[in-house]
Amino acid sequence: MQWETVIGLEIHTQLNTVSKIFSGAATAYGAEPNRQACAVDLGLPGVLPVLNAAVVEKAVMLGLAIDARIAPRSVFARKNYFYPDLPKGYQISQYELPIVEQGYLDIDLEDGSRKRIGVTRAHLEEDAGKSLHEGFTAMTGIDLNRAGTPLVEIVSEPDMRSAKEAVAYMKKLHALVRYLGISDGNMQEGSFRCDANVSVRPRGRTEFGTRAEIKNLNSFRFVERAINFEVERQIDLIESGGTVVQETRLYDPDRDETRSMRSKEEANDYRYFPDPDLLPVVIHAEDIEAARRRLPELPDAKRERFISAYGLSAYDAGSLTASRELADYFEAVAAGCNAPKLAANWVMGDFSAALNRSEAGLAQSPVSAEALAQLLSRIQDETISGKIAKEVFDAMWSGEGEADAIIEARGLKQITDTAAIDAIIDEVIAANPSQLEQYRSGKDKLFGFFVGQVMKKTRGQANPAQVNERLRARLQGD
Amino acid sequence: MKLDTLASWARRLRVRDISSRELTEFYLGRIDRLDSQLNSFISVTPDLALAAADAADERLARGEEAPLLGLPVAQKDIFCTQGVRTSCGSKMLDNFIAPYTATVVERMNTAGAVMLGKTNMDEFAMGSSNETSHYGPVRNPWDPERVPGGSSGGSAAAVAARLVPAATGTDTGGSIRQPAAFCGITGVKPTYGRVSRYGMIAFASSLDQAGPMAASAEDCALMLNAMAGFDPRDSTSVERPAEDFTAGLRADLKGLRIGLPREFFGEGLDPGVRAAIEAALAVLRERGAELIEISLPNSGLSVPAYYVVAPAECSSNLARYDGVRFGHRCDEPRDLTDLYTRSRAEGFGAEVKRRIMIGTYVLSAGYYDAYYLKAQKVRRLIADDFRRAFGQVDVIAGPTSPETPFRLGEKSADPVQMYLSDIYTIAVNLAGLPGLSMPAGTVGNLPVGMQLIGNYFDEARLLGVAHQFQQETDWHARMPAPFV
Repeated sequence: MQWETVIGLEIHTQLNTVSKIFSGAATAYGAEPNRQACAVDLGLPGVLPVLNAAVVEKAVMLGLAIDARIAPRSVFARKNYFYPDLPKGYQISQYELPIVEQGYLDIDLEDGSRKRIGVTRAHLEEDAGKSLHEGFTAMTGIDLNRAGTPLVEIVSEPDMRSAKEAVAYMKKLHALVRYLGISDGNMQEGSFRCDANVSVRPRGRTEFGTRAEIKNLNSFRFVERAINFEVERQIDLIESGGTVVQETRLYDPDRDETRSMRSKEEANDYRYFPDPDLLPVVIHAEDIEAARRRLPELPDAKRERFISAYGLSAYDAGSLTASRELADYFEAVAAGCNAPKLAANWVMGDFSAALNRSEAGLAQSPVSAEALAQLLSRIQDETISGKIAKEVFDAMWSGEGEADAIIEARGLKQITDTAAIDAIIDEVIAANPSQLEQYRSGKDKLFGFFVGQVMKKTRGQANPAQVNERLRARLQGD
Repeated sequence: MKLDTLASWARRLRVRDISSRELTEFYLGRIDRLDSQLNSFISVTPDLALAAADAADERLARGEEAPLLGLPVAQKDIFCTQGVRTSCGSKMLDNFIAPYTATVVERMNTAGAVMLGKTNMDEFAMGSSNETSHYGPVRNPWDPERVPGGSSGGSAAAVAARLVPAATGTDTGGSIRQPAAFCGITGVKPTYGRVSRYGMIAFASSLDQAGPMAASAEDCALMLNAMAGFDPRDSTSVERPAEDFTAGLRADLKGLRIGLPREFFGEGLDPGVRAAIEAALAVLRERGAELIEISLPNSGLSVPAYYVVAPAECSSNLARYDGVRFGHRCDEPRDLTDLYTRSRAEGFGAEVKRRIMIGTYVLSAGYYDAYYLKAQKVRRLIADDFRRAFGQVDVIAGPTSPETPFRLGEKSADPVQMYLSDIYTIAVNLAGLPGLSMPAGTVGNLPVGMQLIGNYFDEARLLGVAHQFQQETDWHARMPAPFV
């Protein structure tokens, strides 16, 4: 039987506010346990939450960016359950009336087509703390630094049909929140994590199969692998006569498998009800317009602009706009050297390769956009060839200074003086009479040999186009 | 030294007729001597009190002015007080030393008040008789065999016996007004949002409101001046310009339209209480008030609606008492579930457990619409009743409670009978309105309270009416004989 996969994602994004969603405690990552948990975060008797207005503004920006409806009135609700790292015995979230509803994201598929993925809703909530199991015997440590960290949970429609589509959606959303500047998107620190709802059904059937929810996937790779494993597990199960049960599963990256965590029967009844400690969040049309004015250029618009303004291919424009920093970097290089296509090739090519090798982020790049622009300008004005530029770039990357200084110090300046090039060509021809004879008797392939000899003699510094032109003339005996 | 009122003590402190230390020692002495008959305090804090009194004396000597400077008060043990046990009347918090101070307490401290201690109360403010306290019942100073009302029973009894000139209370369904009525004192439940709830241990967040309890309306006005005010730490607190509640005390009753809801004078009202209320109303009419019969048609639904909303909120508010971070923790838990179940089973009393279970039930999947949502709709109907009534009248008056204080143990076995004790007060909380109870007569030796209900933020008018009544009568000045 032919099976179809159905996937919906719930993505938790940490909003990058200075203080927590309902208290004044700091949100900075990595502090000593419980150093960033105030009375409100600890859920002490008598404390009350006060909404951090910055959180609302960021959620509105997200809503606008996915063309969603911004609720004029949304309501915080309590999600009640007991857990040691949930200090109040309930999580403040939004339930019936979320702040953002009915948006979408367009993703690019491998075949070049686009697909629209619906976003059902996005709601604000507080994060829980962390249970620490290492370093304790017969006990669990509780760190409440994370308790009260602002999150926006973005829930998609079950519109994705493969793990690849799911990853494309997640990457697109990841880029978007970083473009918007509402989240650092740091996946290692848990600022951007995903629950995947996965089911399968016979191709052609309209009703959904029973889904499993895979919790807490914090990398693109894990999302893809977990979904693929889960799809296979469900198909195998059904084909061998079993049935999929609705349950929550955990992905184990070490064993590359998902395991059952709890079934629907064991699921909590969260007893949601509106939090009486908080007023409804009222958003006026003016607030929405103010947020709209603050929106940066978004990835899709930027991509279109790169195609039309710089004449880049759709693929190149897509790659360069995958992150806001890379797009900004590219634009700075392009502006500095006045050669957008050359800039695109270098930024996506040698520069990205070097960045990947060093495992550093763009912000830590040893070669600034201005420095790279200077290097590319030297290609443009034919001071150096593209090949020599690679050598200069490597030197720049290892901290030897600016392009001009390196070219000067290493004597890499291109030879463009026709007389000088002719003199070297004559030397080479004179030194290789038999090759000359063969060439003249029709062995055209030897042209390359002569080019190589000339370049070798000039340590690669001769202008390649000039060498070609002058050499061809000389060899033909002109 | 002779007993006096809060307002009078304030004047005498200002003219240095007496020092705060003398006054504080005087009341500490009364607590020491007399509270064994009442059990109205859970904690008495003489060292802190004397230090605060000395500080107040220094401020007085410098000629400083502050609304409560040097005046002894008691705090209901529901308010967090840094460094002092804050038990909320529960075994669960018997070991809880609050690491921070509630806004109300902080405001009163800034105003110069001298805290003598923390008063007894029904566990987590759940009760109408003060019998659910982990620290034992409080006795009514007018008759030690009777209850003082609840949940602010300790504050009411302490003020009635003049162990302290004024105290704070909290009122979720009548917890200031009903004990004020039972003990023959004046108590105000302000408009929801008037007084900060920060640091006041939550029972039912959408209903809880702190207010003053004192001998007279004038004393309550003085207290409310210090207690009320916007607090950015409480999202439900209302930002309004500060008001001087003593300014409206001289109000003229001429032409005041007083609404008498027929539903508050019907079946279930004790004839003695009715007679006392009618006599008190006659006093107000003689002073020029106009008495108008009105109807609050949905008020009969207030008790059932309340016993859905309040337990629902309490079931969630009390989830934090899980034995993990503070409060009672059972010995040697076997695992997490055991830690939760045993800590909570041991830490909470029966009434609290009953309400947690009711609340958990009404919020459960499949029951939410039928109970919680329906109750919220009823709540709107009740508020609409009041809105209509206030189109017709300036204040609403009636009995605070259908009966005089009942005997200890009389209603403990029958929760519904106990809940009906708050039948006239609960609607006010559901609507978020201000209410006041003042001594209006007696039945035998026992006090009867009259409730005044005002429109939103109309506390000043309520205090004015009560003060004028207290100019004509001396019910508020009477004291239970053993404590004179």
